[in-house]
Amino acid sequence: MRRRVLPGLPLALGITLVYVGIIVVLPLAALVFKAASLGPEDYWRIISSDRAFASYRVTVLCALAATVFNLFFGLSLAWVLVRYRFPGRRLVDALVDLPFALPTAVAGIALTTLFATNGWFGGPLSLIGIKVAYTPLGIIVAMSFTSIPFIVRTVQPVLEELDPALEEAGQTLGASDLSIFVSVILPLLTPALLAGVSLSFARSLGEFGAIIFIAGNQPFSTEITALLAFIRLEEYDYPASAAIASVMLLTAFVMLTITNLMQARALRYTARG
Amino acid sequence: MAHNIRGKPPRVGDNKIFRGVLLGIVLVLVGLMIVAPLVVIAVEAFSKGIVYFAGSIADPDTRHAIMLTVITALIAVPINTAFGVAAAWAITKHDFRGKRLLTVIIELPFSVSPIVAGVSYLFVYGLQGLFGPALQSMEIKILFALPGIVLASMFVTAPFVARELIPLMQAQGRDLEEAATSLGASGWRTFISVTLPNIKWALLYGVVLCNSRVMGEFGAVSVVSGNIRGQTNTLPLHIELLYHDYNAAGSFAAASILAGLAIVTLIAKVALERQGAGRVQRPTALAGADSIIPETKP
Repeated sequence: MRRRVLPGLPLALGITLVYVGIIVVLPLAALVFKAASLGPEDYWRIISSDRAFASYRVTVLCALAATVFNLFFGLSLAWVLVRYRFPGRRLVDALVDLPFALPTAVAGIALTTLFATNGWFGGPLSLIGIKVAYTPLGIIVAMSFTSIPFIVRTVQPVLEELDPALEEAGQTLGASDLSIFVSVILPLLTPALLAGVSLSFARSLGEFGAIIFIAGNQPFSTEITALLAFIRLEEYDYPASAAIASVMLLTAFVMLTITNLMQARALRYTARG
Repeated sequence: MAHNIRGKPPRVGDNKIFRGVLLGIVLVLVGLMIVAPLVVIAVEAFSKGIVYFAGSIADPDTRHAIMLTVITALIAVPINTAFGVAAAWAITKHDFRGKRLLTVIIELPFSVSPIVAGVSYLFVYGLQGLFGPALQSMEIKILFALPGIVLASMFVTAPFVARELIPLMQAQGRDLEEAATSLGASGWRTFISVTLPNIKWALLYGVVLCNSRVMGEFGAVSVVSGNIRGQTNTLPLHIELLYHDYNAAGSFAAASILAGLAIVTLIAKVALERQGAGRVQRPTALAGADSIIPETKP
């Protein structure tokens, strides 16, 4: 039997294509066009300049550090939320999404105030010689804050669905909790963890609002790539801005591909379990 | 104190000491990293007293920034919602070529830095962009004005409504709609009386998240708005401006409005999740790209 075809495709698809075309595709195409019009030599000179290179280094290294921190913190947070019952659990569960709900500029000024040398955390930390605000450490703090929900929310559902029988099997065989965690639970969580990690890392690479307040924004040390693209724009150096933004766009495409592969894998895993 | 889930045998990690230590560390970190920023906003906002706070909010530039943010949301969110519903309807209730590619493009703004979005818009509507010169000769102002702010906001939130609806409508299938149309209902009628009641909570969920992001967007809007005080400053940009003016109390007063919005958003989110919204295939619809290929029935 032939499927009945529902009405409304031309209208719905028409609206969708017009919107996507004007809002998403046109601007990104314009950026690529602008960057491509530079010619390979100029393009390479701009994107491989010392200052640009330093910005990639700061951005990638800080994003890596923030993601590693979030891997441990996110996994522990998801574990506590799923496995333990304690007063205020639902409140904590709801608060996990705060970094997504709180505008990045608001997060930026709040974190800067906390970690400035006269702030609640910055004061005590400066006594033991640790400076967070206006150093790469501040960038890491801002990146961790804005991307923590990713890992919690990808790991949480998998942890909830975990079959207790698998752990019991380990327990009856006399394995310790640690060895059951390492050889039974962790492998089952790995796809979700990797998916969360790639989302968290991608978000950290592109973050701007929360970082620029706390970073100090010194070229070669605390200047992230997104800020460099912004600064070139303010200097009316449009080709340089286009070239640097195109590097970020390319990175986003690469990260999107990786994230999709990870998530498709994670989902297949969940579906099978 | 933490206790085991009652009536169940102990599971891995239920050891009393381990549980206490892990719970302690996690709660302290949540307190330091998530609760403290929220508290510091409130404390700083009222650091010069309630009168100063009220004065900061009532300041004409702040009021203008609030108005501009609300107007932007009033334009961007409904258009984005209409788009999200249309995209979800096309993708889940119909078969056509290029469906996967379309889904990927809808999700793209999630991965693109807001700064890249802003810079991209400059190369479309700016003077050095594709349409800039033509727009200038027609005296149409898009950049450094409301249209640019709205467009940039729509870019960053393009996936918000669609991603909530697509997995849900995918899971619901097409049988109900097919039954309705075979009984003679028009497409519109079918959508209103059959599809909409099934997706209303997910739709509202998407709208709430979209609104929260539109009102809070900083990076993309910062590039296209021109930051003109009292003219093109949205609330997040106004917060930055006050902060750099060394008016921390005023900046935090303005920030407290957006922090309040974030809390309302979280409460709405929890309430809507109790209605079943947001539970299908998190965190992105694209994760289900494989499942977006329609089930083939003989």
